Amino acid sequence: MTPFTQHIGVTAPLLRDNIDTDTIIPSREMRTVSRTGLSAGLFAPWRYSDADARTPDPAFVLNSAVFKNASILLAGKNFGCGSSREHAVWALLESGFRVVIAPSFATIFRNNALRNGLLTVSLDEHLIQGIQEWVQVNPQRNRIAVDLAQCVLIGAPELESIPFVIDPFSRRMLLEGLDEIGLTEQSLVGIASFEASDRKRRPWAYLDDT
Amino acid sequence: MAKTLFDKLWQEHEVETLSERQSLLYIDRIFLHERTGSVALNSLLESGREVRRREHTFCTMDHIVDTFPGRSDTTLMPSGKDFILATRSAARETGIRLFDIQDPDQGIVHVISPELGIALPGLSLICPDSHTCTLGGLGALAWGVGSTEAEHALATSTLRVTRPDTMQVLFEGSLPVGVTAKDLMLYTIRELSAAGGAGYAIEFTGKAIEALPVEARLTLCNMATELSAFTGLIAPDPVVFEYCKGRQFGPSGADWEQASAHWRSLCTDQGARFDCHQRLSIDGLKPQLSWGTSPQYCIAWDDRVPRAGDALTEADASVWRKMQDYMGLTEGSRLADYPLDAAFIGSCTNSRLSDLQLAADYLLRTGHRVARGVKALCVPGSGRVKREAEAQGLHEIFQSAGFEWREPGCSMCFFAGGESFGNRARIASTTNRNFEGRQGIGSRTHLASPLTVVASACAGYLTADTTA
Repeated sequence: MTPFTQHIGVTAPLLRDNIDTDTIIPSREMRTVSRTGLSAGLFAPWRYSDADARTPDPAFVLNSAVFKNASILLAGKNFGCGSSREHAVWALLESGFRVVIAPSFATIFRNNALRNGLLTVSLDEHLIQGIQEWVQVNPQRNRIAVDLAQCVLIGAPELESIPFVIDPFSRRMLLEGLDEIGLTEQSLVGIASFEASDRKRRPWAYLDDT
Repeated sequence: MAKTLFDKLWQEHEVETLSERQSLLYIDRIFLHERTGSVALNSLLESGREVRRREHTFCTMDHIVDTFPGRSDTTLMPSGKDFILATRSAARETGIRLFDIQDPDQGIVHVISPELGIALPGLSLICPDSHTCTLGGLGALAWGVGSTEAEHALATSTLRVTRPDTMQVLFEGSLPVGVTAKDLMLYTIRELSAAGGAGYAIEFTGKAIEALPVEARLTLCNMATELSAFTGLIAPDPVVFEYCKGRQFGPSGADWEQASAHWRSLCTDQGARFDCHQRLSIDGLKPQLSWGTSPQYCIAWDDRVPRAGDALTEADASVWRKMQDYMGLTEGSRLADYPLDAAFIGSCTNSRLSDLQLAADYLLRTGHRVARGVKALCVPGSGRVKREAEAQGLHEIFQSAGFEWREPGCSMCFFAGGESFGNRARIASTTNRNFEGRQGIGSRTHLASPLTVVASACAGYLTADTTA
């Protein structure tokens, strides 16, 4: 996984609540059995006026020149709700996004993001509103710096630094780009001994390997 | 100390406490499907790792495979065949049990896992699919994950999980005749909101829950993810134990005695503390229909589409207007004012035998047929449901009323198989999500129970069963 330490980028606002993963990437846009080839499908229902012909809808924020190269997304609450498809995270990353800032996230989306180096930052709505207003003045100039080591968002010079909270494990995973499976493999002895005692307690839970 | 059902399930699976809130949990069963499971299996193989417990790992074809009679690996879904072939090959290579297209037990993952006894009370089960919470209806600790977490579980038989808080939803009163578990859940989401369960494992309680048959409990817990909950749970009782008896992968003999004794301990103790309580009165509840593009936007079937002016905030009003524009609805109108284009009975929410029986019974009782201009589909959730339904002659009832009778799969829940009802089609649907474009580009989905969907299909507009 690509580590996340800090990032500076253009911020695009998409301030709707409950943006679901079907909207982030519809099922029909997931065309390969891999984590790639997904960026053209990102937000396809909103981004294109005709998705088949790939005709851009000029009204959609990410099609606007002022938000060109946006890499930070500002969103409404419960971002990433619905389907567990990790393709939503992969599509955002492949399209250049490294950070999503929202009042809250759906748990599966957040877990998926964390395991792929996409930082999710939860902030109060009024702070998000403040960021949006500042960014909107000149999106290409008013870039946000996200510092995960310090857990702070910086919008210098006008915007006051905004601290954010992230649990220590998630922070470490992102900062170090940890391989979670590798980490858990260090517990394999413990897992086997759990199984040995659990098998006595719940023999019915164990099927034979045939 | 008194414990909740969730506390007990959590503790029984705790291999290691990693931090105050995070534990390494043992995963008893892993279920995969060809959409997201294929990615997890491929990634595992690429990393040179193996499936740690292949005997506890299962896979089905449901998300991409189409549901036409005589189907094959070829589907209308863009590059769908690649997913099917990749899944088959990875399943073969890893030695896991695959319920392939021609397997008599193939079907929707959350329909076949209880059917086959793969999901059981007290087991932990994960699947890279958000509706895995369905199995909470049996008293299993089951939740949806992404492909990367599924890969972690395949490699280690565990997951690192942040512990959710606990919520009790207590239903007061009883369900009126003709009002189903689906209506109950749509009403719950409407009351608590689409984010109302975020950060919680929810236990559904009350006399109305105890009275629900097992399949209805699965329907209810299925949509816990629509509350953004970690999972939904119902304490298993003798009705569930009876349901689990004799299932193919379930316990038998001495194992059965031990299992059922264990299952009897799976309930919330007197005096156990939940982090949050919600009470919902359900006396007089009417059949529910969604009108917006999130399952929280539901009304009683005969209510009017809300007026944006009545929204609590200007932001809400703006969202309502956008949704009504997308859905082609006028505020203050009745849902019955709009002609229906399609009706769909199926999905992991409502494709079990009792769902099909409920709809077929309506057709038989009323003699009604699908209205002209309405495309109506009935897609059984599994091969077993299909066989049992056909043994009862349900397929003939559906077909002679004008429904198409299909092979098992996720189908039109999200244009699996690459099918859609057409741009701007208005659909009465027993599925779980009415998101923009979920059932195809421009689709206008109205979520409802099988009874409401069949009544609407026959009326040609959205309505409930008024004949009972």
